[in-house]
Amino acid sequence: MLTVENLRKSFGGVSAMNGVSLAFAEGSLTAVIGPNGAGKTTFFNLITGAFRPDSGRVLLGGDDIAGLSAPEIVKRGIGRAFQIASIFPSFTVRDAIRAAVNAHQGRHARLLQRFPIAEAESRADEVMELVGLGSRAGVASGNLSHGDQKLLDIALALALEPRVLLLDEPTAGMGPEERWQMIETVHQLWERKKMTLIFIEHDMDIVFKYAQTIRVLSYGTVLAEGTPDEVRRHPKVIEAYLGAHFETGVHAGTQRP
Amino acid sequence: MKRSPFVRDLLIAVAAIGLLALLPAAFPAKAVSDFVIRLSALAIFATSLNLLVGYGGMVSFGHGLFYGLGAYSFALLMQKAGTSVPVAFALAVLINAGVATVIGAICIRLKEIYFSFLTLAFQMLLHSCIIAWTSVTGGDQGLTGGLPRPPFLGIHLGEPRQLYLFCCVVLVVSLLLMRHFVQSPFGYTLRMIRDNPRRAGFLGIRVWRIQLLAFVVAGVFGGIGGLLMSLFVSSAYPDFAYWTVSGEAVFMILLGGMGVFLGPLAGAAILLLLNDMVTRFTEHYSLVLGIVILVFALGLRKGLLGTAADLWVRWRAPAARQPAKG
Repeated sequence: MLTVENLRKSFGGVSAMNGVSLAFAEGSLTAVIGPNGAGKTTFFNLITGAFRPDSGRVLLGGDDIAGLSAPEIVKRGIGRAFQIASIFPSFTVRDAIRAAVNAHQGRHARLLQRFPIAEAESRADEVMELVGLGSRAGVASGNLSHGDQKLLDIALALALEPRVLLLDEPTAGMGPEERWQMIETVHQLWERKKMTLIFIEHDMDIVFKYAQTIRVLSYGTVLAEGTPDEVRRHPKVIEAYLGAHFETGVHAGTQRP
Repeated sequence: MKRSPFVRDLLIAVAAIGLLALLPAAFPAKAVSDFVIRLSALAIFATSLNLLVGYGGMVSFGHGLFYGLGAYSFALLMQKAGTSVPVAFALAVLINAGVATVIGAICIRLKEIYFSFLTLAFQMLLHSCIIAWTSVTGGDQGLTGGLPRPPFLGIHLGEPRQLYLFCCVVLVVSLLLMRHFVQSPFGYTLRMIRDNPRRAGFLGIRVWRIQLLAFVVAGVFGGIGGLLMSLFVSSAYPDFAYWTVSGEAVFMILLGGMGVFLGPLAGAAILLLLNDMVTRFTEHYSLVLGIVILVFALGLRKGLLGTAADLWVRWRAPAARQPAKG
């Protein structure tokens, strides 16, 4: 169970997060949506320790983790992937995942053993299989296609066996077909690993098809929350974000091919 | 059966020591063995700097601090405290590790150019101390009176042949150890941090700890390089701690290639050869060196061994050079 209470953060007088309180049930699949500048990525950054909140609490299983450093929060079980794939370009896919598994198992500072460590192999293989990168195991990460780099970014987070996984726009920058493949992979991951998964997404077709629950942010506050149906009919959401046409179904989203 | 990579490295190391031991028989000239001794000191030093520059992405401009510190702490222990070679060796390593821990903890808080210049500042601080503390260090004259080299375990470093073998063994063992470290989980973590420190942090890695460990390991081996040089010249000079020493190590890395483990060794050999050959024909050594560095910087960006490795890969597997899709 991940809960944030009255989270606030401002940057040089500009308030980016304005008292956000939200709860994410154990094992839920939640989409965070909102217009550009709504504070979605800031929200992730505050949970994961990239920024320290000005005030408010972030509770993971009852412990307040607000203000801890990023590595400490990772150790508590929160993993994340980034809007722009954040990978290690000189590493092959397999080595990058092996190294991430080492970090998770606390073996990443060992001087006397040889890389790779036998104990990390099965986990690394499992992670590659989970995201379907097995056939690209020996490819340098920097040479992967955009979509595969996004998958690798997610795989690095999965190597840490997170209880909560935060994905910042997993489908960003992809063509329609690739988007559906990506979200399908993410959905399967969620079903198989039974973790709490929170993703930021701009494609409303994807959001309304896959998310169990939706949180709508706007100007650093919670505009609405609920099931896809509740959010779709929420007057404030229609007014501020979706637009009236969304209700009627006439919109320029990406239909499943 | 496929050998483990460590066993393979070990076999190469043993073969290298064997070849180096036979070298004086083939080339009896003193200039050859002296060249190898100087090379051993500089190659260990340059390789240790490459742990930071090539593997860690931490461009230290002040690595000569550890070269000078290793030379002076070893030489002073031998000359003033009268310790045996192994004890002075071990203590010099400990001193370097201690100083590297303190200076590293301060420097790695800064990034990029700020890190570079802070390391340089610490080096010049040591250089100033050596110059100023005349009663202990001999000031700008360096340590006078030579180093005593009492025999230990049947090894007598006063004998040129034994000194030569000792330096060869220290060189190969140091390279073997550093090779092992860069191929360890630590070495891979260090490269992750070089590639993307922010992401490393979000994988639960405390970046500064790994960087500090790298700084200390590099400081220790940098000191061993200086120590060998002080054994060879039977003294220690303030020049060992001057900023040009750090600059030369950076040149060696660039000439040999930072992407290949033995690149700095090759670079050290090139720089030493250039130094020895060019000064025979002209006094304008810096001009020649400048031109060589320009050629490498413009045409051979990956250094001699890096370029050779690229050609090797291209020759072995033409398909692997095809650009990846996307």
